[in-house]
Amino acid sequence: MGKYIIKRILIAIPVLIGITIIDYAIMCLVGSPLELLRGPRVSEAALEAKAIALGLDKPFYVQYFIWLFQLLQGNMGYSIKSYQSVSSMIGSHLGPTLLLMGVSLIVGLLVAVPAGIYSAVHQYSAGDYTAVTLSFLGSSIPSFFLALLLIFIFTIKLNWLPSSGMTTLGTKGGVADVARHMVMPVIVLAVSIAGRNIRYIRSAMLEILQQDYLRTARAKGIGRFLVINKHALRNALVPIVTVIGMEIPVLFGGAVIVEQVFSWPGLGLMTMSAITSRDYPVIMGVCLLSAIVVLAANIITDILYALADPAIQLD
Amino acid sequence: MTMKKNERDIASESYYQTVIRRFKRHHLAAASLVILVILGGAALFAPLIAPYHPDEIVGTFGGAPCREFWLGTDPIGRDVFSRLLYAMRVSLLVGIMATLISTVIGVILGLLAGYFGGIADMIIMRFTDMVMSFPYILLVLVAAAIFKPGMWSIILILGFVDWPGIARLVRGNVLSLRETNFVKGSIVAGMPLPHILFSEILPNTVAPILIYATSVLALSMLDEAALSFLALGVQPPTASLGNMLNGAQSLTVLTQQPWLWVPPGLLIVILVMAINFIGDALRDALDPNSVKG
Repeated sequence: MGKYIIKRILIAIPVLIGITIIDYAIMCLVGSPLELLRGPRVSEAALEAKAIALGLDKPFYVQYFIWLFQLLQGNMGYSIKSYQSVSSMIGSHLGPTLLLMGVSLIVGLLVAVPAGIYSAVHQYSAGDYTAVTLSFLGSSIPSFFLALLLIFIFTIKLNWLPSSGMTTLGTKGGVADVARHMVMPVIVLAVSIAGRNIRYIRSAMLEILQQDYLRTARAKGIGRFLVINKHALRNALVPIVTVIGMEIPVLFGGAVIVEQVFSWPGLGLMTMSAITSRDYPVIMGVCLLSAIVVLAANIITDILYALADPAIQLD
Repeated sequence: MTMKKNERDIASESYYQTVIRRFKRHHLAAASLVILVILGGAALFAPLIAPYHPDEIVGTFGGAPCREFWLGTDPIGRDVFSRLLYAMRVSLLVGIMATLISTVIGVILGLLAGYFGGIADMIIMRFTDMVMSFPYILLVLVAAAIFKPGMWSIILILGFVDWPGIARLVRGNVLSLRETNFVKGSIVAGMPLPHILFSEILPNTVAPILIYATSVLALSMLDEAALSFLALGVQPPTASLGNMLNGAQSLTVLTQQPWLWVPPGLLIVILVMAINFIGDALRDALDPNSVKG
């Protein structure tokens, strides 16, 4: 097991380095962040001085190695726009994003897992068709459109829920206030998670229900309840672990749009503003972080497989 | 008697007849196909159907729907219904072109990796891993922000990001097909490599590629909408379903002019859902191992 984990991490490192190189190349290909500063009141000399101060006058591979070298020393660089260090910016925005992602993942799974299992157990029933059709709807509705619809209904028409931010301005916040602000973003993310995964869990469960050991369990006459809840559900853990592993990277990206629409002060919002102002160090930091999250999610999924299903041999 | 006749029909029908019969059994998918053909036709013939030019100012500013303007007018007086038809044209074009590009890239890389194995396989698959390890939207956003936004950059960006799934799928199929006797026979017979790859291996993996491509189509249409909504995609005055929703970020439009943002949003949902239903029915219909007859 330990050997396997080390092997996987060693494979992940070149992939990670490759990602940062591609990233850096794309960003340097297109233009300097100083172009946005250019204006009638800024002299060429000032721009040049700024470029030298930021190291932008060097060729891109030199810049890349400087960046990599600093990174190895634990320094992710400084934002070109706000002069804050990238690591502290990420640190202060990570919390809200993790909160949003975590709650959405839990809510999404609490909908998808029971619905998928119900669908599989009652295959071809009216409930099954309803669940499957709703899951198609959930995966076909653009998150920003659902967000707008929710804002239209719950904020504008009913005035029940706040539509932006994490806490009410001018107040201290508190758990209840944050929770109220979270309702709509969580619904949007959870709908897409459930939409993507109900059918997946359903087909995984259908496969499990056809296995020989379940036929044996049924033949022993232990009753439908025990067959499903004791024997089948335990084995449904594997597809559920897969779902979690697949969802984390998707959520990381999906949060960008949801945070943008709801002005949720997380990584997504920070990333969008960094992208529009071409704040390379910040973009690089976020890309690196997200690549690590994705690779880590892949490795952890494979490890959890082994824990959930002893029949899987890793080596 | 009729029962027997049906059985004989099924036994003697061609592969395509089987596929069509199985597809029709999915009522939602059959209905989706009809809807998609109608909407696709409306998009294709938009210049003939649209009552007004999509970019011309023809009415009042932000007028409500009336008999003259079926879906009202936007804040600068353009006809929303005409713009919707043209937007659908752009969104479908972006989706289809992006899907074509990513399918071609994915198929070629998958064929090469699966057939040659060894170092070629390792390099291609590690590269695939890299593209896949990127949170998808982040990559698209960064690329969209960096290249000059517009319809063709969106097509290229989505086309160059969506291929890893297809590459993996094709590679897996090639690996199993390479071990079959008919491919081994061709190798022994000294058939040229392009013949083996494109005339023997590829036709046998078309069905899964087609199914996967429908989901890529649905996803790339959603992504186009999201990017255009964030003003990083198709640029005004050209209408796309996503950028028509962009206006709804303003509070007046959102609260007082629902005819500006609800129809394009619903249209995206309908198009994407129809494509997803069709893909799902194709999965059942094209599967030669499906036991349901």
